[in-house]
Amino acid sequence: MIRHLFPLPDPNAPPRLVRVARVPPAGEKPAMREPGERQPWIVRPEGVRTLWWLFGAILVLNVVAELFVHLHPHFELEGAFAFHAWFGFLGCVAMVVFARLLAMFLKRKDTFYDVVD
Amino acid sequence: MSWTSLPPALVLMLAGLLLPFLPRAARQAVSLIAPLGALGLVWAVPDGVSLSVPYLGYQLDLVEADALSRLFGTIFSLMAFVGCIFALPQRNVLELAAALIYAGGAVGVAFAGDLVSVFIFWELMAVASTLVVWAPGTPEARQAGLRYAFMHFLGGAVLMAGIAGHVAATGSTEFAAMSADTPATILILVGFLINAGAPPVSAWLPDAYPKASWSGTVFLSAFTTKTAVYVLLRGFPGTEILIWVGLYMVFYGIVYALLENNMRRILAYSIINQVGFMVVGIGIGTEVALNGAAAHAFAHIIYKALLLMSAGSVLYMTGLRKCTDLGGLFRTMPITTVCGTIGALAISAFPWTSGFVTKSMITQGAADQHLLWAWMLLQAASAGVFLHAGIKFPWFVFFQRDSGLRPKDPPWPMRAAMIVFAILCVGIGLMPGPLYAILPYPVDYEAYTGAHVITQLQLLLFSGLAFFMLLPLMKRTETITLDLDWFWRVGAPRLGEILRESVGGQWTLLVAGFRRWIERVMAWTARTHSLQGALGRTWPISASAVMVALFLLVYLMLFYLWPA
Repeated sequence: MIRHLFPLPDPNAPPRLVRVARVPPAGEKPAMREPGERQPWIVRPEGVRTLWWLFGAILVLNVVAELFVHLHPHFELEGAFAFHAWFGFLGCVAMVVFARLLAMFLKRKDTFYDVVD
Repeated sequence: MSWTSLPPALVLMLAGLLLPFLPRAARQAVSLIAPLGALGLVWAVPDGVSLSVPYLGYQLDLVEADALSRLFGTIFSLMAFVGCIFALPQRNVLELAAALIYAGGAVGVAFAGDLVSVFIFWELMAVASTLVVWAPGTPEARQAGLRYAFMHFLGGAVLMAGIAGHVAATGSTEFAAMSADTPATILILVGFLINAGAPPVSAWLPDAYPKASWSGTVFLSAFTTKTAVYVLLRGFPGTEILIWVGLYMVFYGIVYALLENNMRRILAYSIINQVGFMVVGIGIGTEVALNGAAAHAFAHIIYKALLLMSAGSVLYMTGLRKCTDLGGLFRTMPITTVCGTIGALAISAFPWTSGFVTKSMITQGAADQHLLWAWMLLQAASAGVFLHAGIKFPWFVFFQRDSGLRPKDPPWPMRAAMIVFAILCVGIGLMPGPLYAILPYPVDYEAYTGAHVITQLQLLLFSGLAFFMLLPLMKRTETITLDLDWFWRVGAPRLGEILRESVGGQWTLLVAGFRRWIERVMAWTARTHSLQGALGRTWPISASAVMVALFLLVYLMLFYLWPA
């Protein structure tokens, strides 16, 4: 469950290799990954796990900091504890869910208009 | 007339016209010098009308300056300058020439003192920007450019109708604040809003802009929608309907950008989102909100160009534009990644970036007026901006699952342009004073209070948490999302086809029958009225005399016989 809510990169996933078919405007195709390339720390599972903890700590500090400043709410609702935190979070969830619902009706292949996108 | 009354727009337009006749090195030099010259003139032009010419019985105030026009003139010239640095590796002459004329049109609108001049520069912009879309010459750019041109000429026609009605009703061509309560002023408002990307025709923007070249989109993002913001600021401050139009644009941009896969179209949707914030500010109409809208337009041009430059750099180096093809580029494109991320933070109004000190004035305006609903929606939308542009764009382009691509950072002019704008994003965020000083109204606003920084960080960081927790729902697919443009790209042609298949035959018969009837009338007329026809040929004088006598007789009889 926790793993699901705070995802880590899967070390067993096969590496992705995107093919560049056309020559880009720069005039030459970009280099590709060397076979034995070492992954930087921030994309390795232990790095991502650390980043999650770090991020969590910042979030907690951010909410706690509210107690030490003088808030001057314009509306009654805004005075609720950590209003901006939960309002922002729930607002985003609502927007993503709405977008997914809309996509159920309006999603099409990107070749729909017979145009290379 | 001194040199300071030279229209700043003229410098850019002449440079654009000259460009195709120059060798490449001179072209690059002119494309950098002309915007700087325009920028100098923007600040040399004195307040009030400094150039006025008679035209068709009207007095055209081609250059009329005040704080608002100088603010927009400044950012348009600056944008043209840095955009031309970014475009130094661009070999397409048409695009650069058109971009300079396009920038000139935008500066021209900012300094136009009357509605007729506004219209002239407005249409020049439409033509020049269509050429920028067309410049790559690909079939999809040609088609999208044509749709773009249709939309803008439609907007121009609506605007012209409104201006004509307004001038007929008031007798004045002056461009001052209006209220949208007569058919004429409503038409003007609609004409302005079409260029701002307002519903129901918002789709023209994400349709056309991403089809331009890697550098063309940078120019396109800056001028058309922001001149629309400028004319709305001057013409319709405090028009309440704009609050709701703006809120629609804000959420439309977020929802469509969340579903989008093409990196530059994500940014195009977010232009509509950001212009929505400005339109809301104009609708609120208090001094702090209008200042906020103007300042936000200034900051927006910089960070949006920066974002599109980083996307353009990726496109330039890899030729790829879909999120599903990209990822992991931070390893070998550090400068592009850092600059793109700074732009993404600025668009999200992260503290210590330009968006933070400008957008908050608009939300402050809503709070001051006790517009609870508008304020709550604006706050939710601010979180949504971080979601769709602040994190989504850098995450899917530079991070996410490694694509295996290892492109280098782009050539130095492109890096330099990005660095300049990144520095400006942070600089304005840290020191908003100079920007506040050139806003149209005196600023009495402090962005950096403890409460504001902490609440804004809460809003943004928790929407970041939402993004990463909902990542499975955000997984990109090779899809587009249908928009209202379906109606004119598929619906209308299909309707035409259906009509042709069903009642087309009868219609043809009807038209043919009508044409035969007209031909019979023509033949009859030719028989009776030609030189040999009864009514056309020469008659002897005696016959005429008899005829007249007969008519008189009939008249006399009628006179006596007609019941009184």
